[in-house]
Formats: sequence, structure tokens, C-alpha cells
Amino acid sequence: MSNIYHLLSERLPLLRRGLGGGACSFSIGGIHPEDNKLAANSPLQALPPEGTASIFLGQHIGAPAEAIVSKGERVKTGQLIAKASGWVSADIHSSVSGTVVAVEPVADLSGIRQPAITIQVEGDEWLETIDRSPEIIREIPSDSAVIIKKIAAAGIVGLGGAAFPTHVKLSPPPGKKAGILIINAAECEPFLTSDHRVMLEFGEQALIGALLLKQALHASKAFIGIESNKPDAIRELQKIIRERGYELQVVRLKKRYPQGGEKQLIDAVTHRRVPSMGLPADVGVAVQNVGTALAVYEAVQKHKPLIENSITITGKNLPQQINALVRLGTPLSRLAALAGGIPAGTGKIVCGGPMMGKAIVNMDAPTTKVTSALLFIPHGEAQRRKASNCIRCAKCVQACPMGLEPYLLIKLTQRSRYDELRANRMSDCIECGCCLYSCPAHIPLLDYIRMGKGELKSSKLKVENYPTDGHRL
Amino acid sequence: MQTIILTVVTLTALGAILAAALYMVAQRFRTEEDPRIDEVAALLPGANCGGCGFAGCRALAEAVVKSETMDNLYCPVGGSEVMQQVAACVGRTVEAREPMIAVVRCAGACSLRPPTSLYDGAASCRIEAALYKGETDCLYGCSGHGDCERACLFGALRIDAATGLPVVDEEKCTACGACVKACPKRIIELRKKGPKGCRVFVSCVNKDKGNVARKACKAACIACAKCSKACAFGAIAIEENIAYIDFTVCRLCRKCAAECPTGAIRVNGEWRMENGLAPSPLNFNP
Amino acid sequence: MVSPAPHAHGSDTTRRLMRDVIIALLPAFAVSVWFFGWGALQVAAVSIATCVALEWVIQKFLLRTPPQTSDLSAAVTGLLLAMNLPPGAPWWVVLTGSVTAIGIAKMSFGGIGKNPFNPALVGRVVLLVSFPVQMTRWALPRGFATTDAVTGATPLALLKEGLNNGLTVEQIFDNADFTYLELLFGRIGGSAGEVSALALLAGFAYLLARRVIRPYIPVSILATVAAFGGILWWANPERFIDPLFHLLTGGVLLGAIFMATDYVTSPMHPKGMIIFGIGIGALTMLIRTFGSYPEGISFAILIMNAAVPLINKYAKPKRYARNV
Repeated sequence: MSNIYHLLSERLPLLRRGLGGGACSFSIGGIHPEDNKLAANSPLQALPPEGTASIFLGQHIGAPAEAIVSKGERVKTGQLIAKASGWVSADIHSSVSGTVVAVEPVADLSGIRQPAITIQVEGDEWLETIDRSPEIIREIPSDSAVIIKKIAAAGIVGLGGAAFPTHVKLSPPPGKKAGILIINAAECEPFLTSDHRVMLEFGEQALIGALLLKQALHASKAFIGIESNKPDAIRELQKIIRERGYELQVVRLKKRYPQGGEKQLIDAVTHRRVPSMGLPADVGVAVQNVGTALAVYEAVQKHKPLIENSITITGKNLPQQINALVRLGTPLSRLAALAGGIPAGTGKIVCGGPMMGKAIVNMDAPTTKVTSALLFIPHGEAQRRKASNCIRCAKCVQACPMGLEPYLLIKLTQRSRYDELRANRMSDCIECGCCLYSCPAHIPLLDYIRMGKGELKSSKLKVENYPTDGHRL
Repeated sequence: MQTIILTVVTLTALGAILAAALYMVAQRFRTEEDPRIDEVAALLPGANCGGCGFAGCRALAEAVVKSETMDNLYCPVGGSEVMQQVAACVGRTVEAREPMIAVVRCAGACSLRPPTSLYDGAASCRIEAALYKGETDCLYGCSGHGDCERACLFGALRIDAATGLPVVDEEKCTACGACVKACPKRIIELRKKGPKGCRVFVSCVNKDKGNVARKACKAACIACAKCSKACAFGAIAIEENIAYIDFTVCRLCRKCAAECPTGAIRVNGEWRMENGLAPSPLNFNP
Repeated sequence: MVSPAPHAHGSDTTRRLMRDVIIALLPAFAVSVWFFGWGALQVAAVSIATCVALEWVIQKFLLRTPPQTSDLSAAVTGLLLAMNLPPGAPWWVVLTGSVTAIGIAKMSFGGIGKNPFNPALVGRVVLLVSFPVQMTRWALPRGFATTDAVTGATPLALLKEGLNNGLTVEQIFDNADFTYLELLFGRIGGSAGEVSALALLAGFAYLLARRVIRPYIPVSILATVAAFGGILWWANPERFIDPLFHLLTGGVLLGAIFMATDYVTSPMHPKGMIIFGIGIGALTMLIRTFGSYPEGISFAILIMNAAVPLINKYAKPKRYARNV
């Protein structure tokens, strides 16, 4: 019965959009945080390299790369400086040209020192093989192996936030085939606008990137999921697709958080649901971020490795809202300076969106491949409110997009009841923050759930979770 | 009258039938159990703390009875004395072990370790440690949210309000190791209780280079190696920028503590830098 | 400042939710004041004041925790208790009720969020069992006009008494002086909160619109009551009254909308909520038609409250992923 329904709903996209004002959405839970897309109208501006750039060796899930340059060596922009040290690993390229001044640990966002290569910027001399002309190259190589090889060589990782090496994701395990490609352009996190600007300014390039990904996967269909709060991006992409006759389809998604969560997006677009601890490939789907698609275009068609990404610099108190194209390894303090410095009354600085981003303690930390935003939250809003007793209102259960019971999970975590945690699907949690957002008693639900997930893993109950792309929610 | 008789008869009959059924079920599913398990369990402290690595005292008793040797079977709460009795009960012998105690290897009191950020999440060391380096620049030091205090079943640990560090109550600590497991920064260590409760240890686990460590905390071990040179017994090793005193070798001469420039080496809980004194004279805590 | 994600928080607070419940109760309360006059007002004032004061005192002096009466949950309990009592009930009856509700049913379990039974209902039921005379002396709706209390029976009690005397439904209502329209608007005898169906439904709409409660519990209770009553009525219209009467009388609406939906004592997810609602509906009708009390929803809710942990354990929400 459900198979027939799925078949029908795939054949007739309009049928399943009947409800919900013509936009698709996931079926369980979700919340409606304030949109706050303050920077939506600021065009992307390129930030020229300057000073020093510190590039981390472990910017991706998997083994950190191994440095192949040493102190004193001169490097060009786009030059390979660290090699992938395994299959699940990614190459790292220099984002600037200049002299390597150190190959030693540098403090990251949370003040923990991580191995990195620091380069003193001298001019901006690019590698000759990189095609920097604005001309759009539309022919697509037919051999998927060539595409995947070029993607691997460019060090591309999932730019949604999980930083899983893309070439690994494009090679699904034997026996599984991803027939459907979904490009994640939901950008459901409040404040974030960098993907939005990419679609408006590099729409066609991103679409060609999507076609390349589709070719690499031999997928029969490709959808681009965009939340309905970006009507201009939807129109723009639809226009290009119509004019060029691309075999892509834009899907309008309802504005609802976490619409851009990988599992939620798959549910919204295909009505398939990834099994517990499964991969999207288990239901024949692959999800890639729109930023990744653009990087794939540049890597395959222009031979340009992943050395810069688009970052939103935003905040309610910030005088200027900025979207910038930033080279990897630029210190965050430079980004703050670009937007006029840290505004007075800032209580918390977050790297990423307000729902899933990481609070920063070290403003000198360099950007990485997956940095999507720098967000300044005023003091009053930043502070967590005092937790009181759980009133069992079930708002967390209602909000959980995975259909879990957060109130129960934290109770079981506090009592270390691992068997029951497993029975209640603790490991399905995607850490989207909906439970904490909706809790009227301000209980730090997600804090404890995260801890419980960690303990569940270490308690030898084998829980292997696929790191998900598509976290630029 | 008839009603009363009827009721009494019915209920009595019902009771008899059900009792018979219960008896039969109990007979049918009876399990034979070694009576020594009960004997051993009676010897154990009964705190069910899990310090032995088993689910509770009875689980340890079962393991003792079933196992051939006494290896890896040790109740830290009862200590050597109880284990001797247990071994005697099952007809084996066991070597005497020295009593242990939990020591806190961090001296970074609030006044010595200036905070550089403000943590606003759930009050749990483990959650904070998973999130970031901590409120101060020392990413190895105690975060002071009291995970150890909550883990201790014996009430032997409490967070001192003034220093923000846990304090071990010598009387109550049973060395069950629950706090050692609870601490995400691995600050707490089980060490030999020592004669008259005297212990010498490096109260710091900061693996940063000396200058970085010192900048973050005035009480940090800076791996200057003065202590290892002073030690006549070779008990002090310096690895990864941190000195460690091997308590199986240490003879408690306390020369190292006199040499330590930052006062990271402590004799018991005594530590004089807190009061701005030079860390030279030694004295015991009674 | 640093904290784990998320860094944004919704606008819901316990206080806001409780305030919304009070606002939703106001129309029904206003109607009861309109019909019953000072009696209703006085009961409510005593009940709310004692509930809030008692919680404050217990938290401050017995538990020695910072008092949290500002979250308004005690005020909600007080108001709900008042709505469940006959208008003009003596002050000492009301006081006993609030001491039972807050002191025994709520704070002794650890305060807000910990109580297994709905405090206001525990208060009411204890009063009903302890002081049956005062608790069934219903003032008739006379408004502010007269000061001396005229008392009479509720429609349900009238029905029960009549049926027990061997009358048929038709015969009973030949003598009664109310119509369904009056049931809807509230010109009947009864406890303060159960008189006006329309005002209660308005409160229901408000709670739904503010997303304070979800419709599963009230709807499943009302549907069960209607179905149960409908089957009986269809089988024997002489012995049993029609379902509409059951829905409009005896606090079914008050219970279904405000008492059964109490967060603390109701299940956590739709499936459980529906089981809970059906249970309450069925028990209510069993007590009403076959039990000795004319009214049953209080007992039904309390009985189902006891089943909530079990329901929560076995009725799980719809998971995203189907298989493990």
C-alpha cells in the first residue's frame, strides 16, 4: 500500500503538494523560528587575501590530511599543500600565495589547537592551470569516474556543514544506487543567506554543478529544494532551467525548520524515509548542498580547487549585513572588521546559524571549508533562560522532526539507561535544536541528548552514524 | 448469615487454589544457586557502587564464586581486608593491596586561572568539555561543574565554592573510581593513600608548553624538570610537558615539592601559593 | 559567552502557557459570575488566593527553594478548582479543597511537573466525598439579583434521581425548566465552570489558536461520550437520554477541555492522547449510566491519570525512521 503511494507521489509531484500551499515539507515535527534573513539583499563581495592565512589539516570528517609543504616554502594560490591520508579524507589547497611560515597547531573556534599550515600572504599569484575567466563552460564530461576524480583532486567536502568528503559520498557502497539527486538549497537556518546569494549570482554555475553531480551518480532525476522564503532564487533558477533545457527540477519547500536537514529534505522531496542509522543511498537518494554544487562546477570545469566559500556576516546590531566570498584560513576577526567591528552589546558570536552553529571563543580562528556564517547575537538574546521543572507539555515531542521524545531521552541519559535509550532511538537525533527551542521550561534538552549520544557510542553499543551533509539548514 | 459463610468459603477456596498454583510454579522454575554467593555477598560492603567493574555487589560475589582465581576481582570499597575474608570464604588467597584514594590533579583555582569566556550551557563538565576548551585558557583544567560530585555515591567529593575545585573527603572516599570515570578531563586519579595519609603528586595535567600553560594558570606544571632532577629515586618522569610522580616508586621525601617553582607539586591538599607564599616549607595535613 | 547550540529560543514560557489557560477560562468564569453573582466570585477569590499563598509558603519555608508562584500554575489550579465547585460554597470547603489540591496533590510530589494526578480534580473529588451536602447544594442561576441562595439540583442529578424512581426520560423532562439552548448558554444549576458550554468552547478555540493544547484529548473524549451515549439512546430512548445532553451537562466540556488536557497528567503524544481521551469518555459514561454518582468525569480523569505512565511507555510517537 505504502509502496503504491510512494510510486504515485513520485510520479505526481503535484499530488503531494496539494496540502501546504503548494510547497513540499517533511512530515514530522519542526518549528518556525523567526526568519531574520537580514543579509538577503547584500551581494557577495570578494575579500582579497591579506596578512596570514591558517589552513587546518583536518577540515573534513575522516583522517586529517598530511602536510606536503614545509616552513619557508613558497606556494601559489590553488596549490596542493596537504594530501588526503586515506579514502575518507580530503586534499587541501593553499587559498593564498606566499610563504609558509609555520606547520604547527593553531587554536580553532573553541580555542583547541589543531594542526594547521600558516601562510604569509604575498600578492595573489594563482596556479596557471586554473581557469579564472568568467566564461561558463556547459559541456559535461560523460565519464563519471573523471568527474569524481576531479572532485577528489579539488578537495571538495560537503559544504552544508558536516564536511564529509564529496568523492566518498558520490561512490555509494556496492549494491546501492542513488537514482535521485537532491540539491539542498533550503537554507532553513535563520540569518543565513550565503546559499541564497550563490543561487542569485552563480545560479547557472551551480546548476551545471548539479548536472555534473547527477552525471557522476548516474542519477535519473535531480531536484533542487529551495525554501519558499527565497522566491527570487526559485524564479531565477527556474528561468535558467527553462532557457537552457536542463534536466533539473526546482522544488519549492515550505518555510519550516529543519527543512534542510538531510533526512527531512529527502522526506519532503521524495516522501522516502531513511532508515534508522541508514544512509540516503538506502532509499536511492543522494543529497548535496548547493554550495557543493558550485564548488563541483569550479573544480570540474575550471580546475579550481576548493579554496574559498561564501560566508554571511550578520547580526541584529551589526551596522552592515554582508555576504562575502572568503578565502580559506582568513581569521574571523577580519570578517568582523569587514562588517564594521564587533557591535557593542554582543553577547555571543556564533559560527554558523543560530540553531546549529558553534559559539566562538577565539576570534582569531581561521575560516574552514564549511564556515557558512558569522553571527553576532545581542546579549539579551544570547543568554539562556533559567531552567525550571519540566511541565510535560510535550512541546519537544511535537517539535522533534525525528519523532523522538526528548524529555524521555534526557531522563534516561541522566540515569544512564543505555538499553532504553537505544530502544527509544536516541541515535536518530539529528541535533537540530528544535526541542530546546520549543521548551517553555528552558531545559537544556539538547545538551543532555548530545552527551547521551556520546555516552551511547562509548558504551560499546555500536552506533555508527553516517555524517550528514545538508546541515546548512 | 448465609452470605457471610459463602464469602468466607469462596475466598478461602480461592486462596488455597492460588497458593497451590504459586507453589507449583515456584517448584517448576526453581534455580539452584551456590550458597557461597550469599556468603560472599554478605561480606561485601553492599554499596552497589560498581567500583569493581560489576553491576553490583552481588554480581561481584557471583563472579568470585564462579571464577577460578582472584585476578581482576577486587572491591575497592572494602579494600584488602574484605578481599582477604572473601578469598578465605571461597578457599583461595589474595595478595594484600594498599588502600587507595582519589586525588584531584588540578590546582587552578578561580583566582589563579582567569576566565576568558563565559559558559552558559547545561551545568555539566562533560557537556562543556564536548563543546569547547572551557572558561579559562587552560583546556586541561577542572571545569568545576561537579560531575564528580554527582558521580560519588559516598558523598566524598564536593566542589569548593571559593576555588571552584573538587575537594576529596579523606574519611569518606572509598576509591571506587566513579569520579575518575565521570571526569571528562581525567583530572582525578586514584593514588596510594600513603602512610598517615601522606601523598606527593603533581597537581596539574596541562600538556601545553610551559609558557602557554603558565599564561593560562599560575599553578600549572611548566615541565621545568627541576623536580625530576631533585628526585633521588627516579620516581618523576616528564612526558608531554607534564611531570608525573609514580606513586609506586615515590618515597615521600618531598624534595620535589620544595623545588617546584609554581607549586604544582602538592603534598596532600597543602598548597601554599594560594596565600602568596613561596612553596618551600613542607607540612602535612593531619 | 559560550553555550551549546541552539542559540535561539522560542517565545514559549511556562508562565505564558499558564496565562493563556487563565485567559481561556475567563469567558466561562464571566458567565458563571453573571448567573451566580457574588457566590461564584467569592469562591474563585478564596480558591486562587489560598492556592497561590499555599504554594508560596510551601516552597519558601518547607522546601526552602526560591518560590515559583510567578509561573501562574498555582493560580490556574486555584481557578480550575473554583470552576469545579458549586458557587457560593462555604469558604472552609474551598480552603480544604485548595489545601488538598496544592498541598497534597501537587507539592508533596515535588511541585509543578511531578504530580501524577490533576491537583484541582483531586481537590474536588476529596471535597465531593467528604462534604457531599455542601458539594451538591447547587445555587440556581439568579444572577446578582438576589442574595439569598436558592438551591436546586443539576440537570444530571435530576435525571439520575428520576430514573432511579422509575420515571422515563420524557416524564422527567416534562417537569424540568430548561432547554438545550439554555444548556449552551449556561442558565442552569451547576458548578461554576460547567454551566456555559458556549463559553467553554470559546476557551477551547482560544487554546487551540494559541497552540497551548492539541485537540486530540478533548475531541476524543467528546467523541467517545457522544458515541457511547448515542448507542445507549438508540437502544432504549426511554431509559437513556440523548448524547447531546450528555455532552452539554455535568462538566464534560470543562473536564475535556481544561482538566484532561493538563500537561503534567496527560500523555505526551497524539496516539497516547487519543487512548487517554477514549478511556476518559468511556469511564465517564459508565459512571454516569451505571454508577451511583450522577457525574463521572472527575473520577474518569483521575483514573486515566494513573494510566498515563503506562500509555507513555507503550504508545510511542510516529518515528521518522521505520526500522532499526
